[in-house]
Amino acid sequence: MSTTSAATAFRPEVLIRMLAVLGLVVAPQLPRLPPWLVVVSLAFAAWCYFITRRSLKLPSLWLRILLSILLLMAVYAHYGTLLGRDVGAALLIAMLALKLMEIREARDIYVTVFLGYFLIIIGFLFSQSLWMAGYMLVVVTLLTSVLIDLNRTRLTAIGSNLRLAASLLLRALPLALVVFILFPRISGPLWGMPKDAYNGMIGLDEEMAPGLISDLIQSDAVAFRAGFDGPIPPPRQRYWRGPILWQTDGMAWRTGHPWSPVLRSDPPPLVASGDAVTYTVTLEPHNRRWLYALDLVGTAPPDTKIAPDFLLLRAAPLRERLRYTVTSYPDGVASRLSGLERQRALQLPARGDPQARALAQEWHRRYHDPATIVQQALQMFHNQPFIYTLHPPAIVGDFVDRFLFTTRKGFCEHYAASFTFLMRAAGIPARVVTGYQGGELNPIGNYLIVRQRDAHAWSEVWLDGHGWTRVDPTAAVAPERIDLSIDNRQQGIGDAVRFELPQAAWLAALWRETHFAWDALNNKWNQWVLSYGVERQADLLGWLSLGGLSWQNMAILLLAVVGAMLVGMVIFMLKRERQAEDAIVRTYQAFCRKLARRGLSRRSYEGPVDFARRVAAQRPDLAGQVHGIIKLYTALRYGAYQTPAALDMLRRAVRHFRP
Amino acid sequence: MNRRLAALAEPLIFKLFRHKVPTGHELTLERQRIYALPTRFGLLYAAMLLVMLLGSINYNNSLAFMLTFLLASMGIISILYTYRNLAHLQLRSGKAAPSFAGKDARFTVLLHNPDPLPRYALRLTAARAEPRLIDIAAGDTAAVELSIAAPRRGRLRLGMITLSTTYPLGLVRAWAYVNLDMQCIVYPRPGPRLALATAPNFHEGDRVGSAMGSDDFLGFRAYLPGDSPRHIHWKALARDLPMLTKKFTASETTDLWLDWSLLPAVDDETRLRILCRLVVDAQRASQAYGLRLPGVEIMPALGALHRHNCLQALALFGEPRR
Repeated sequence: MSTTSAATAFRPEVLIRMLAVLGLVVAPQLPRLPPWLVVVSLAFAAWCYFITRRSLKLPSLWLRILLSILLLMAVYAHYGTLLGRDVGAALLIAMLALKLMEIREARDIYVTVFLGYFLIIIGFLFSQSLWMAGYMLVVVTLLTSVLIDLNRTRLTAIGSNLRLAASLLLRALPLALVVFILFPRISGPLWGMPKDAYNGMIGLDEEMAPGLISDLIQSDAVAFRAGFDGPIPPPRQRYWRGPILWQTDGMAWRTGHPWSPVLRSDPPPLVASGDAVTYTVTLEPHNRRWLYALDLVGTAPPDTKIAPDFLLLRAAPLRERLRYTVTSYPDGVASRLSGLERQRALQLPARGDPQARALAQEWHRRYHDPATIVQQALQMFHNQPFIYTLHPPAIVGDFVDRFLFTTRKGFCEHYAASFTFLMRAAGIPARVVTGYQGGELNPIGNYLIVRQRDAHAWSEVWLDGHGWTRVDPTAAVAPERIDLSIDNRQQGIGDAVRFELPQAAWLAALWRETHFAWDALNNKWNQWVLSYGVERQADLLGWLSLGGLSWQNMAILLLAVVGAMLVGMVIFMLKRERQAEDAIVRTYQAFCRKLARRGLSRRSYEGPVDFARRVAAQRPDLAGQVHGIIKLYTALRYGAYQTPAALDMLRRAVRHFRP
Repeated sequence: MNRRLAALAEPLIFKLFRHKVPTGHELTLERQRIYALPTRFGLLYAAMLLVMLLGSINYNNSLAFMLTFLLASMGIISILYTYRNLAHLQLRSGKAAPSFAGKDARFTVLLHNPDPLPRYALRLTAARAEPRLIDIAAGDTAAVELSIAAPRRGRLRLGMITLSTTYPLGLVRAWAYVNLDMQCIVYPRPGPRLALATAPNFHEGDRVGSAMGSDDFLGFRAYLPGDSPRHIHWKALARDLPMLTKKFTASETTDLWLDWSLLPAVDDETRLRILCRLVVDAQRASQAYGLRLPGVEIMPALGALHRHNCLQALALFGEPRR
């Protein structure tokens, strides 16, 4: 027990704890922030620490205003705007740092802690991984313990504050989960999303230029996951088609204008042959309109159309994780090539790359048969010293010529681009296809994980009678690329690419196993937590036979459930705490009843001690027992020995008490 | 902290429920008598949550939703914690020590926590008193001393106490009013010492010899009611003789009679203050003194109880007898 006068000032230790917790809040944001802001924030935190430690004076209002204006201008200068997610995070951190300069009383600490909560939510706009969720839960507990610190009579051990914060959050969790499930979701944003909201989303683009894919390939990020209804196709058939690039300037390839009205026709009828493959893809948002699928798509998922080049297109860029089911025909053939398509598939820049053109024309003269020409080109890649590398030398001037005849070091984009160039020069309709090739099998969830490092580019040539035929010139140079995945952790600059070989060691096997289990967990996390939106909610409510509720009814349901839970919580919390005492009182009453049966009733005004004294006087034989019981009872009821063991002892004593 | 927004609503609640404020020497905080409202930090927290919710909806970010709901639930659960921190507390009147006007009167309030849960950061406020913060262990009793400014002589009631808490998060403040039936006596503020020239002679010289001195033993005389018990010849009484009183000479020091009527003609309060000062000084000098006020006479004596009796008579002067 202690009394103090009620001061509104906080204890300096609380501020130091808060600084430490804020460090943890900001930590995940640091790599994204401009370095100068990190330095400034750290300097402010250190300043704040010294002000508190040494009881120095706070900087004057004018200095603080000046610092605020300077920081605001610096953020603006760095980002060129004050709107958007990245700027928002930077501004919030700048605000937090400035706030540290004016912490005077408890109030300022409240505001700072609230800013901390806010920063956590901003962090979720950047990453929603399981790690992040776990880490932030710990940080929220820590921040809450700072609030508790402010409401203590004196400085308390961090542990006890943390325990209380954890128990508060633990009791809040069921309620939060119910609200999370039932809170009506809407599709689409309330207001415009800042432009940079999707900066973090990576993936293939509508353009392929040397270096773009090899940048992408450095990333281990998951592009999508695919679960198959039947057997999983072998690696050679795992070509996930993405944007099809028709237009070239000799170096870069672009989609052209594939979605212009002329080209928005239906695809040519598909001549389906061979087995159909049905699979479900969970695609990470990539802020582009297309979906990935295997050759050749037979049926489109809802809200998606099939473009003439068999690319799956949605109406709007994909900004949320999407699950879709597709059926593909690996041996299917597009039945015809329109005149416009033939024209586009033969487009070449007006001039440049004379050597390549000459070579292609010679092939055309000599062999004439497109299939033979394709074979010639592939043999050239295979037999001549071409090297497959992630870090090819930069090429200046005629891209195809320099690559084919001088540097001969390149990545899939180099091979696909120059091969397609050669085919077109030889009069064979050809196009570049970008997408992903391969994918890692996760045996635990039995699905394929396709990562950004599986990004690939290849060609399709039109062969009369066979339709569009996939040709992968990279396979001619580095056939392992097609069967194995690239292990990008071992890449040095300018090295030839090493491929991940199956490892025999049990340790590696264990490592893989853990990795797969973790990915399977992530997959569930993505599907059930992160992509919980309008559709998932409708599914779940339907499963609970609550489908088709209007949002008003959903709000009523939500309020009813939350209300019921709160009532339960009130009863649980306010009753349970008294149960222990009730047990003590009940035991005492049992003791009194036993005595009453022997004619020794307790009088209403008699306290336990007086009663015991009277009983002892009238029945000296019981004195010892009665005093023992009363001593235990008073200790339990009024003293500090409120242990379950003491209550047990009291119960046993009363049970064995036979007056 | 004192600029709570709830401060706007609190007087209203007080007016509405004033007649229900429990009064007595021993009170328990019943659940129905505990009020709770968000603090200004609670309102700020709610505003923050609203912005978070809008952001979550806009970005359709599941973890942001989850955090918003978790923090909101925590805020709501914290109401129960705050409320529970106050419920079932028992208050009892303790000591109320007398004091002089112009100083602080100190009331001791006993707080008992009958539950097996400790109570934290309870705040006791009374009008004109510095608020106190206190923790009480499970099943423990704490004594809280409230110092209340006592501006005037007379009886001082403790008046209404507000018992409040914002534990654990400071987002909600729960409070209850209790009216512990406690009062203390406030003595008049001791006045200035009288200058020697104007000081009346309080020593009743004409009674020397007949009045009871205490220096040299003179002999015995028959007991008269009002004689000091210290001077009764107890041994004679034990031998069944009639009651005798020992006679002493009062040589240099005679009894002081602090007499209202001997004071210069000043107003009543000033007289009381002068008398108060004289009582204090006489007690300090260990000189027996008596007090005469209109309608009151206290025989000369010494001691803490005597001093209190005299000062109380001064404090309550003019108050109708109860």
